[in-house]
Parts: sequence; C-alpha cells; structure tokens
Amino acid sequence: MLGEGAHRLDELARSGREDGDMGIITRGFGGRREPEAAALPPGQYLTRDFPVLTAGPTQYVDTADWSFTITTETGDRTTWSWADLMALTSEDIETDIHCVTRWSKLGTRWHGVPVDTVLEHIETAADYLMAHSYGGYTTNLPLEDVLDGKAWLAYGYADGPLPVEHGGPLRLLVPHLYFWKSAKWLNGFTLLTSDEPGFWEGFGYHNHGDPWREERYDGD
Amino acid sequence: MTEQSASNSLDGNAAAGPFTDVFGFDVSTVLVTCGGCRASAVFAEQRAFLGGPGTVLRCPGCDHLLARVVQTTDELWLDMSGSSCWRFPLEASTA
Amino acid sequence: MTETPLRDRGKVGGPRPRWLPARLAGLRSETGTARTMTFDVPEWPGHQAGQHVDLRLTAADGYSTERSYSIAAPAEDARVSITVQEVGTGEVSPYLVENMELGDALEMRGPIGGWFVWSPSPEAPVEQPILLVAGGSGVVPLMAMVRERARSGSRAPFRLVYSVRDPGQVLFAPELAQHAQDEGVQVDLVYSRETPKDFARPAGRITARDLATPPDAGWPDDPPPRAYVCGPTAFVEHAIRTLLDLGYTNHNIRAERFGPSGG
Repeated sequence: MLGEGAHRLDELARSGREDGDMGIITRGFGGRREPEAAALPPGQYLTRDFPVLTAGPTQYVDTADWSFTITTETGDRTTWSWADLMALTSEDIETDIHCVTRWSKLGTRWHGVPVDTVLEHIETAADYLMAHSYGGYTTNLPLEDVLDGKAWLAYGYADGPLPVEHGGPLRLLVPHLYFWKSAKWLNGFTLLTSDEPGFWEGFGYHNHGDPWREERYDGD
Repeated sequence: MTEQSASNSLDGNAAAGPFTDVFGFDVSTVLVTCGGCRASAVFAEQRAFLGGPGTVLRCPGCDHLLARVVQTTDELWLDMSGSSCWRFPLEASTA
Repeated sequence: MTETPLRDRGKVGGPRPRWLPARLAGLRSETGTARTMTFDVPEWPGHQAGQHVDLRLTAADGYSTERSYSIAAPAEDARVSITVQEVGTGEVSPYLVENMELGDALEMRGPIGGWFVWSPSPEAPVEQPILLVAGGSGVVPLMAMVRERARSGSRAPFRLVYSVRDPGQVLFAPELAQHAQDEGVQVDLVYSRETPKDFARPAGRITARDLATPPDAGWPDDPPPRAYVCGPTAFVEHAIRTLLDLGYTNHNIRAERFGPSGG
C-alpha cells in the first residue's frame, strides 16, 4: 500500500510494533543529529541537544539546605554540607554520555569531586552502593564502577553551575554507564554488601548498564 | 504542589499512548486511586513524566508513584503497585 | 480531590489504537511557523473532537522517535488533520513544519485521550455551555471542538477565549472569524505581548474579566458551563486558578497541558 519508502525495521523491536505492522522510513527525517559518523556504542545516535528526561518532578534544593550522606552497611553515617563538599578538591571532566533512550552526546564538560574522595575515609566491606536522590529516585552500582576515577559528584556543567533540570545543584556522573545511573539531585549513598535494584534496574532495565555491551534491558 | 515542580510534567492524557500498549484500549477515563494519599482522579488528570527510560504516572497531589510502563526488546512491564485501585467505567454516557 | 461522577467518564474500550501507516495528503500554512497537515490513514477508526495522536518518525539510519499532537478537525473519511507549531529547538516539529512533503509517510497511533473530548448532546433539553480557553497552539484541540459543533449542527453555546503572544501568531484566523458569526458562538482574542492597532484590551495575560461569562451571552443557569483549557503548563495553571475563582469547580474544568518536550 505504501510502496517505496516502506521497509521492515525488525531490528527496531523497542518501538513495539506488532506482527504485520510495517516500519516506515519517513523521508527526509534525520532529527537534529550530527551528520558525521563517530564511534558510538551500538544502537546509539548522536544528539546536539541535551534532552531533559526525568521520572519525577524537578527537585529545587537550595544549597543552604542541601546535604550528602553516606550510610555504611553497619549504619554509620557521614554527612557533607554544601560548604564541606565545595572544600574538597575538584576537577574538570570531559566525557561522552550515553542515554538508554538511544541518544549520545559527545565531549560534554563537567566539574566535580571524584567519588573516590568522599569514599576515601569510609570504613566499609561493601561491594555495592545505592545512590539516592531528592525526590526518591534510586540507582544501584557496584563500587568498582564508581572508584578509580570513574565517577564524580558533579556540580558544574559547561562553564557554569549544573542547571537544576540536569540535576543541579549536584548529580552523580558515571559516564561509562548508561546515563540513568548518573542520578540527578543526588543526596546520598547507602553502601551494601549485597546488590539491590534501583528505580529502573528493578523494572525492565539492565542491572549494570554498560552501553558498549548494550546492556539496556533486563536479560540483555 | 509548587508551580515549579509542575513544570516538567504533563497531564496523564499524554501518557495514555504507552499505557494503551498494555491495556489494549485508551485508559484516559479510568479512575485511579493513589496508594499514598488515597486521592482519586481519572488517569487523564494524573501527572505524566515522559521520554525517559519508561512512562511514569504520579499523583498530582502528593507526587507518589502511581504506575509505570517500560517496553523492553520483547516485553512490556507494568507496575501499578503505587496505586490502590483502578476503576474502569463500563457504560457509555454523555461525556 | 472530589470524585468524578461515573456518568462523566465515558466508557473504556473501543478499537485498540495501533500504529498505522499515514501518508501526507494535504498542507496548509497557518502562520509563518505553523502549518496544518492532513494525513491519509486508510485504517483510521475515527475520533472525537479533542483527542490526540502519537506520531512515530523513523530516519533512514533507523533512529526513531515519537511525539503527540492534537487532532485539529473532525474525522473526514480516513483523513486526520493536525496543526503543528514549530518549536525551534525540537527535532520533530521543524521537520514537520519545514521539510515533510506531500506523499511522505510516517506512522500514527490513535485516537488517544477519551477525557479531553467534547461531543454534542442533541437529546439534552438544554445543551451545556462550553468555554474554550486556549493558550498559543493549545487552540488546536479546541478548534476541533468548534469545527465539530458546526459539523454536527449542535446548538450548544460556545465561547472561545484565545490567548496569543501577538497578532502574527493567530492560528485559523479567517475560519474563527467565520464561526464567530454562527448563532451561539463567541470568539474573543487576548494578546499577551502585543495587540493589533486600536485593539481595546491592552496586552497582558488572561484575567478573570476575560473568562467571566459575558452578561449578554444568554447562557442558561443550568447546566453550568464546562471549560476546556489547553496550552503551555504555566498558562493552564493560571487559567484553572482563574476559573476556580470565578466559581468553576474541578468537575467542570478539563485541562490539557503541553510541556517543553513537545518539539
């Protein structure tokens, strides 16, 4: 019926078409994506925008009221105020980011404190952590994925403070995993000796989320 | 609910598409009761958060998570654990 | 929140909305940044005024994305019209408004949204008066209601209060002027930033005075009017507060917000 331009796109299973539905290429539609090819994780597409995706309302937290707490497996708590956090040595980060909704953004510039720094003096035998956010969002990570310079508490983006819609005043930045792991509006870690699923990990998404191994969904 | 916090959500109306995939029909007029504050409102008047890994429905009064839908490669996942009741009208009448 | 009476909720069910092939069959420019696009959707099951569709666009490299758009007109055969306002930073609306050509195809799912709908009640002894409150391109689903009223020959009293930034942004201007001549239909434009020359009302956002039923409208005391509000989130919130101040209740206000992600 549609003739030219109608193609099966079976590989786009995520789009949820039923048996017999035709995938249709929309002529001339390219999105606003970078035209040049680049090394991207499988199934990812480049974007120039920085899409704002959330599972809940934007959290407006004044830095005067803000705090970050690490709770160990024994219940010991260590809390940083905003001033405490600002006093820690911070660094610039330039990195690519990959969202499980298939957009990737190259060369984003951040500023923040390595997660190593806040975990340095914490006594723990834990192998996992649950990151918690204002608003109740959670995401779980193995400690090995946030140590050795692989993750940051980020409070700067581009050349300014991290905008609230992107998780400001502070978010977790774990750029080598899908971006749902980089929790916005971060306010704490709970250290765990056994792994537990976070908001999306317990609901269809992969527990680990390595974009280069395309660990998108539960069972991938 | 502050006006600010409302700014990144839409009406439940806008989430009806993804939930249609699960139920097989439009659920806009289903009465959903919040498991947190017990307030009831039709699906279309709840709050929707779209475009992320999944489609999320929250209570407009208390932000409680009511329901979410995720589509993976070969499954649809539905979580309704945050809502205590869904009431489906059967008889048509003037809307 | 008080509970919505069952009789106001319609029924669930109906045909399962599926992704259907849709081919662009008609184009009409509305303003410099908006156009009406009419699609041939051979398997279209029909729709009610106020409903929306989901569109899926897929690029040649496999990239695929979805957006929702309000339907602008009653169903005519298997044709579905939407009116798209270009959102500069979006990846979909600039394509729809500037690049898509007649004969091009995409996928459409719908109709969706059985709550934000109006249909005539010819059997009612007195038809319920309808206040439509539009902010910007939020006029689109409300225009579908105005058109459905005319198409069905309904005599329900209608009043559209349509807020736009400036005179260049008015969608459907000639047709609205025509409908305003119909018995029982009133159309009032409100300009938020800049008015036409010699326009009596100064530029500014919608007020209680704009939304109060004019004394000469001749609306019945019973049933009370129902308001449909559509626009950007902040506009809708403000309009709802204003309507509640005027005596409307949550029961007779229906709202549809659109957010910044609509591009």
